Amino acid sequence: MPEMIDQIFVVIKHWLMGYVPGALQPIASAILSVVPVMIAFPLLFAITTVLERKGLGRMQNRYGPNRAGWFGILQPMADGVKSLTKEDIVPRTADQLVHYLAPVVMVIASFLVYAVLPIGRNMVIANLNAGVLFFFAVGSVVELSVFMAGWSSHSKYSLLGAMRAIAQMISYEMPLVLSSVVAIMAAGSLSTVSIVNMQAGYTGIWPHWYVFTPWGITGFIIFMIAATAESNRCPFDMPEGESEIIAGYFIEYSGFKFALFFLAEYLGMFATSAMAITFFLGGWAAPFSFLTWIPSYFWFFAKLLTIIFMFIWVRGTLPRLRMDQLMNFAWKFMLPLSLINIVGAGIWHFMAAGFARWGVVSLLIVLSCVLLSRGLRRNKWFHVRTYRYAS
Amino acid sequence: MLGEGIVKGLAETARNFFGSYVNNERLTTVQYPEERLPQIEATRDFPFLVYDGSDPGPGLRCVACQICEKECPPKCIYIVKSADKKPDATGKQQFYPAQFDIDISVCMSCQICVEVCPFDAIKMDVEFEMSSEDRFGGLLLDKYKLAKSNEYYNRIHPTEAGSVDAALAEDRAKAKLAAESKAKKDAETAAAKAAAAAAIAETPATIVTPTATTGETK
Repeated sequence: MPEMIDQIFVVIKHWLMGYVPGALQPIASAILSVVPVMIAFPLLFAITTVLERKGLGRMQNRYGPNRAGWFGILQPMADGVKSLTKEDIVPRTADQLVHYLAPVVMVIASFLVYAVLPIGRNMVIANLNAGVLFFFAVGSVVELSVFMAGWSSHSKYSLLGAMRAIAQMISYEMPLVLSSVVAIMAAGSLSTVSIVNMQAGYTGIWPHWYVFTPWGITGFIIFMIAATAESNRCPFDMPEGESEIIAGYFIEYSGFKFALFFLAEYLGMFATSAMAITFFLGGWAAPFSFLTWIPSYFWFFAKLLTIIFMFIWVRGTLPRLRMDQLMNFAWKFMLPLSLINIVGAGIWHFMAAGFARWGVVSLLIVLSCVLLSRGLRRNKWFHVRTYRYAS
Repeated sequence: MLGEGIVKGLAETARNFFGSYVNNERLTTVQYPEERLPQIEATRDFPFLVYDGSDPGPGLRCVACQICEKECPPKCIYIVKSADKKPDATGKQQFYPAQFDIDISVCMSCQICVEVCPFDAIKMDVEFEMSSEDRFGGLLLDKYKLAKSNEYYNRIHPTEAGSVDAALAEDRAKAKLAAESKAKKDAETAAAKAAAAAAIAETPATIVTPTATTGETK
């Protein structure tokens, strides 16, 4: 029975496919796989917006939205109706075509990466053997659409926001990819499904997730920090810093196009979180061996919501970084640490199992973390700024 | 070590997050339409006209002197003086406003009209839920919408209204006394005239009347 519930969506799909004539099988299969994902994740987006506003409110000792519906759960509907009925204003000097295309490209790119995410056991749209590569390649299209939006709006704020976004996203793309390399090394595959399958075993009741190794936890933390920066969320929300450049690259957008940017941003966040789950948290696997009777997709979404809560928590806690802090952190701390982490993962792989490799790899990572953070701190030199004028 | 401050901050926000569910005192929000804070006594927003008694028609204290209209900085008051006169609060014959409009979309709540009014006829209201579907007519208040009773004034600003009432009562008492003595004087002079006329008609004048007059009037 648990297997039946676990595979219910797969079984339903096969049952429906039985009614489709042979010539239409491929396209019907694609539609039946894609449509549920395209419903589930925007729905998750709607739930997340209201949970985020309520959570942030509680962190600031406020109520948050509590008017629309029962405890404010209909707030996303109200927001959706509002953004649909608003006027769509395009600046007169904007590049009309690019301005129109930017949100579309962004949403398409954000949805495309869901093709390789294993949502449950046997539940993945396309099991590519280079799935991780596909994920990062398509994910970087978001940067293109950000710059399209910033450039085509013909506004200094949006251009500044787009420049910041490009600088930030490219800087953090590197630690993002390098920190995921350790999981690829350990699994020996670029396919997301086989990375999850490699972590699916248990020792006693404890799972074989990569996060329970020194290189895994380091990789996970680096990945999550880089993912926060990738999805332009607080404390890395400089591309849309309200106090400086109002809304950044999508300042000239209104109505539903604005909502599309919002949607794409959250979809990107879910996708990178799902990828972190896939790489380090065992994908859809249960956290204890005695909980395997609970369906796999439940575990996937439970992990996803936990990570989303972490995002909200961090957003409620930290102020925005400065540009130089952001760049220093990316290039002087995250990048070297993720490279050292790869070396650590290599040492782990070639040493015999036991406490020795735990000690060696942990020491390597902690030592380099301390030294790198001291290196970051050394550059702080507080002094009275003196101005020199041209004589 | 890198990240110490972040962990401290995360602990603080977590404490707030869970604390706000446990301890209701943390939530300082007053959920407005259902919950309201008591208004402080000095609250003021837009002017209204005070009337005595129960009927705003004759009871209006305003005598259409138009000082407020002239002093109003944004010129939001419009007064038309009446053609006839009627007795005011102290019984004196006065004009009254045939028309008294305040455009509260223009009013800036400066209270200058209240300060210049010599008759304590215009005061500041505390009513703030004045939204209207008609942005022009709905916000142009006429004499009847502006008129509010002295009891209402006593309810919203008790201290201020108390001193105003005391001053008015004093004025009225003074006016009443003056009116009485005047009436008496009038009556006496009339009586004296009548007596003199009678004396001329009948007998030579006696010396009683002047002493009596001085004794009574003091």
